[in-house]
Amino acid sequence: MSATANPIPRRVRFGLIFGAIGVTALLAAELPSLGASGVVADAAARAATIKIDNFAFAPADVTITAGTTVIWKNEDGEVHRVQEDHNGFSSAALDTDDSFSRTFATPGVYHYFCSIHPYMVGKIVVNPAAKSN
Amino acid sequence: MADRDDTRLLGGTNINRRGLLKCMTWAGTGVVWSLSGGVPRTLGLIGSAAAAQAAQGDVTFVQISDSHIGFHLPANPNPTTTLGEAIAKIKAMPTQPAFLVHTGDISHLSKEEQWDTADQVVKGANKQVFFIPGEHDVADASNGKAYLARYGKNTQGRGWYSFDIAGVHFIALINVFNFQPGFKSAGLATLGDHQLEWLEKDVAGRSASTPIVVLAHLPMWTIYPQWGWGTEDAGRALSYLKRFGSVTVLNGHIHQIIQKVEGNVTFHTAASTAYPQPAPGSAPAPGPMTVPAADLHKYLGVRTVNYVASKSAPVLTDSTLVA
Repeated sequence: MSATANPIPRRVRFGLIFGAIGVTALLAAELPSLGASGVVADAAARAATIKIDNFAFAPADVTITAGTTVIWKNEDGEVHRVQEDHNGFSSAALDTDDSFSRTFATPGVYHYFCSIHPYMVGKIVVNPAAKSN
Repeated sequence: MADRDDTRLLGGTNINRRGLLKCMTWAGTGVVWSLSGGVPRTLGLIGSAAAAQAAQGDVTFVQISDSHIGFHLPANPNPTTTLGEAIAKIKAMPTQPAFLVHTGDISHLSKEEQWDTADQVVKGANKQVFFIPGEHDVADASNGKAYLARYGKNTQGRGWYSFDIAGVHFIALINVFNFQPGFKSAGLATLGDHQLEWLEKDVAGRSASTPIVVLAHLPMWTIYPQWGWGTEDAGRALSYLKRFGSVTVLNGHIHQIIQKVEGNVTFHTAASTAYPQPAPGSAPAPGPMTVPAADLHKYLGVRTVNYVASKSAPVLTDSTLVA
């Protein structure tokens, strides 16, 4: 699984680390440069892959930063589709080994399902790419 | 035999009905034999009045389903061949059906070339075919536009229609659109208000003695909600039909034969012509079931439906594709 699926936003993790070592004042000053290096790291891994197998999306819940491309790959023996609950995006029928990808530019929570097998559901949480403000 | 107007009884379709009556060796004073799928059955002694009714309601048709042309995995690398075998089986039937119904998933991926292949093979039976879509036939990016352009002429809404043949009223319902996202039992198919309102009107003026055949792709009762094998608002559809003396519901989708009786309504899921699927709950997921190649034909089949008397339920015979 891609590193972009980490459930804890990077900013929060840094906050925890600096808070723990008691350098609270340093946090504000250091964040921009740390943030910059974080962006570089994100850019190298701005793709997340979701496998479709056994009539399920795996992982079903994925957290990414804005600008990340999500790739759904159908590794199942059945045709599946990927459709946002309010039809914000939709794939065509994905045969075995077919893929569908979409880049999420806008932060938010995106619920989707397989419009052929509607009990197959998943969620993409898109966090802002910016580190502060 | 009672005098009949063949054209009227056939609802205007161009079928030669005389061939259908070959099964009736002796109608009027004796025993009616239904020779269906090679299995002869006695349907009981009848008097002349009943014989007249039998003539009114006499029709044989064949259901095929889930051809999945374009499927290519080990469960059946060549579904075109097995569809061809199903058609050969139909052509060899001693009682030739008046027409065929295909209850959906003609194609695997809603592609014109897959439908072209299916149509070419099915044409070999030389019968009129009534189609409804499966979810695999409306899986194009435009959500069914391609299917409806090709097969949906003269239909209502998103492809539903009804017709009458030999006194039997056929209703083709579409439950492969408008799936709503949801976990488990919520993820069932729907017919939708628009179609249900149409259905209510479609049957409103009809005599309760009219035999009804309902065609649908997904099951019209909840077989296994964990796999989405059911139709959420099927109960409302059936509420419009329960006053009829004989209602036969034929569907596909689950690639295996399961039957259920509820009052005057009998439900029958059909075998596929392509590949089997696991029994409800017997596998982690309902995907194609790969069986030894030598056994595949035992899981595939066609169904003959034979009406002999308009007021009694039809005789259904499922035949496998074993040679």
